[in-house]
Amino acid sequence: MVQYTQPHLDSVFAALADSTRRGVLEQLGRSEASITDLANRFHMTLTGMKKHVGVLERTGLVTTEKVGRVRNCRIGTRRLEEAGAWIERYQQLWDARFSALDDVVEELQRKEKIDGRNKK
Amino acid sequence: MDATRNSESATERNPVTVERTSERELVVTRTFDAPARLVFEAWTKPELFRKWWVPKSMGMTLRSLEMDARTGGSYRLDFGDGMDFFGTYLEVTPHSRIVWTNEEGGDNGSVTTVTFEEKGGKTLLVMSEVYPSKEALDAAGTGAADAMHETFGQLDDLLAQLHA
Repeated sequence: MVQYTQPHLDSVFAALADSTRRGVLEQLGRSEASITDLANRFHMTLTGMKKHVGVLERTGLVTTEKVGRVRNCRIGTRRLEEAGAWIERYQQLWDARFSALDDVVEELQRKEKIDGRNKK
Repeated sequence: MDATRNSESATERNPVTVERTSERELVVTRTFDAPARLVFEAWTKPELFRKWWVPKSMGMTLRSLEMDARTGGSYRLDFGDGMDFFGTYLEVTPHSRIVWTNEEGGDNGSVTTVTFEEKGGKTLLVMSEVYPSKEALDAAGTGAADAMHETFGQLDDLLAQLHA
């Protein structure tokens, strides 16, 4: 599993304790947007929105990239990816499946042995 | 680990390896202590397949399963609530190779190839999943945005409780 460190979790919770920032995340979950777009949508000043995005960016929940004069924001999946969390989940799934498959195959082998004996 | 699993079957499980071999491919490898024809049988006979494909730890139940494991045949797994997995067998070569499409993913669906190689009574199974693009694999893996949403939903609930 992903081992989130306590300071990181704290900063994530702090970032999420604000309804505007949760709204921003929800919005970015649907599509990326510039800071200006976000400011307009949430009826805020550019400076105010920059602050909110900054808080989200520091936790890794959002990543931003400057394209020309526009700063684009999107949901940051870096932390999820770098921990390889989903590969681990995927491995757990196959581990569980294959141990169940072991049982099925074992059962088939047992039956084969019995059938073989009966034929003799 | 599953606490209900009995100690007999929990002993010395062969390890599973998962490797992202390229931007578009995931490879899973596992050895089985049985001949290839038996392992193959468990992948191609629906009454056997359903016994292992949905382990209890997944927390899901298979409502119905249709599979015609022959080249050109099709399959459909129905988990209810509109959750269906379906596709076509592109190749089924007894005891050595199965290839199928995963069409529920639409244009981003992967193609799965499973090979069975027998050595000294044991079978080396290699399963490869190839996606049409890096993005498709990433999306399938995490459902990153969805997972984030789900997590946020849970955090929202938690925060609401804390504020109450």
